[in-house]
Amino acid sequence: MATTTHAAPRTGTTRSSTKRPGGPIRWVRERIIAIIGLLVVLYMFAPIFVVVLFSFNQPAGKYNYQFTQFSTNAWTNLCEVGGMCESLRLSLFIGVVATLVSVVLGTLVAFAIGRHRFRGRSGTNLLIFMPMATPEVVMGASLLAFFVGISTARGVGTILIAHIMFCLSFVVVTVKARISSLDSRLEQAAMDLYADERTTFWKITFPLVLPGIIGASLLAFSLSFDDFIVTNFNSGSTTTFPLFVWGAAQRGVPPQVNVVGSLMFFAALAIVLVSQVVQRRRAKA
Amino acid sequence: MSGGAVAATALEQEDIRGPHQDSGASEAKAVGTSRWTPYLLLSPGMLWLAVFFVVPTVALLVTSLYTGSLDQGYTFTFPGNWSTYSDALSTYYPQYFRSFVYAALATVFCLLLAYPLAYFIAFRAGRWKSTMLVLVIAPFFTSFLIRTLAWQTILADDGWIVQTMNTLHITNVLTWLHLTEPGRVINTPLAVVTGLTYNFLPFMVLPLYASLDRMDSRLIEAAQDLYSSAWTSLRKVTWPLSLPGVVAGTLLTFIPAVGDYINSELLGSPKTTMIGNVIQDKFFSEVDYPTMAALSVVLMVAVLIIVSIYVRRAGTEELV
Repeated sequence: MATTTHAAPRTGTTRSSTKRPGGPIRWVRERIIAIIGLLVVLYMFAPIFVVVLFSFNQPAGKYNYQFTQFSTNAWTNLCEVGGMCESLRLSLFIGVVATLVSVVLGTLVAFAIGRHRFRGRSGTNLLIFMPMATPEVVMGASLLAFFVGISTARGVGTILIAHIMFCLSFVVVTVKARISSLDSRLEQAAMDLYADERTTFWKITFPLVLPGIIGASLLAFSLSFDDFIVTNFNSGSTTTFPLFVWGAAQRGVPPQVNVVGSLMFFAALAIVLVSQVVQRRRAKA
Repeated sequence: MSGGAVAATALEQEDIRGPHQDSGASEAKAVGTSRWTPYLLLSPGMLWLAVFFVVPTVALLVTSLYTGSLDQGYTFTFPGNWSTYSDALSTYYPQYFRSFVYAALATVFCLLLAYPLAYFIAFRAGRWKSTMLVLVIAPFFTSFLIRTLAWQTILADDGWIVQTMNTLHITNVLTWLHLTEPGRVINTPLAVVTGLTYNFLPFMVLPLYASLDRMDSRLIEAAQDLYSSAWTSLRKVTWPLSLPGVVAGTLLTFIPAVGDYINSELLGSPKTTMIGNVIQDKFFSEVDYPTMAALSVVLMVAVLIIVSIYVRRAGTEELV
């Protein structure tokens, strides 16, 4: 092993703990990837910092761009802003319903693709892939053309139809990934131990696929809850939370919107961190 | 589309890399079930996609060929009113051009930012890997619109970033490149591209991370034992092996970016309108359904051509 003779070119991957003579330039060179990585993370957090900071602002005018005075008013009087909490409630409702329906339909499809051989497989894959490869604005416009064509009034129902449609593909892909990574020997073992197919499915297969289904549910919910473009085309006069924010952006965004943004960030962070801790505990046990 | 969304898939992908068995074995379960079972499982979901994705796409095509106006009513007569397409294209080709340029720029910037980060997480983060991954996607849990609005504040004329750029004459250089206007960043192409880059960054980081993490790091060591420099091993070993991630990441960034109109609306000006802005204006301001539909069809066809070229290299099953 010739480690010392050509140490210089290896700086890229050798552990940086080995002390070698050299100035600050070398120090930077050895950590360049870490430094760039850190800068990118800073870039990613910059807007979050602004969102949280300005949720504690008491804006002077209607625009919340300049930090004028610290205040917890927006946090304590969250629903003071007309229509915001109603739109939040509606978005939560739509998110939950769209998640339930798309996860059930998508999981069935994922099992069919992951577990069965059938004719028309490539066509099925294409149909699942297409909504993910279509820009949202096109999806929104085509659904609008469809609803106008069959003269359907747009509202909560059409929003739900649209959300279930675009969540479905993502659910299939997520659950399918989980199914195809399963060790089928576990099921064979269960069957060898005289478990019938039904028992094997509910005692072995389903619990193993469940993390994938939970992941898909979170994904579907966040897709639905945060969707603006497709919803905008198919909402009629209904206002979901993203539509409320869009409308507020034209008139000046109240700090309460920042509070909701901050809450979403912290809630999601908590969910992910808790799930990680649980996973680690399980791995240890 | 939300970043939290991609987040969930990525976290999911983290623990799916378990035992990989041959695909033949997974078919074992199918023995004994009826040959109609797969179709029963497929039908509700596929029916939903057929009725609410395929049929609307056809409706979009038909609408784009309508004759008439909103007041007189629209009618479809064979072979359709194709002049909508020529009118729309000749009027709005700058917006198409701009959309593709902005989306391409954003994709390139995403790749430049995401690659070192994904590399760091995959090879250097050690036991902090999953924590780093959470940190990287965490910002995208807040709503897309709220995140984009925050950039209005960050890039404001009197904000310290723009002030520093002015002092260092960076804005002058960028203005010369037609990316900004003298002394300001907000409402310029740079602001729109910054927003697009920011909003779609996780779509690039996660596939890149997935492909880099799957890579055998001993290959890099082998290259360097054979006297390859860090740069050469990156170029000849790491980069080619990460190509599936690069292809997936660029697609997942480019497709939503090219149709986006939120960034252009909130961070841009009338001079930075993208095709998405035109499509939504055709609906909201003018209620001109045929033009809206024709513009969407052209956008979709253009995107499909690009995607199919990519998919030929990556394969649909590998995406996401």
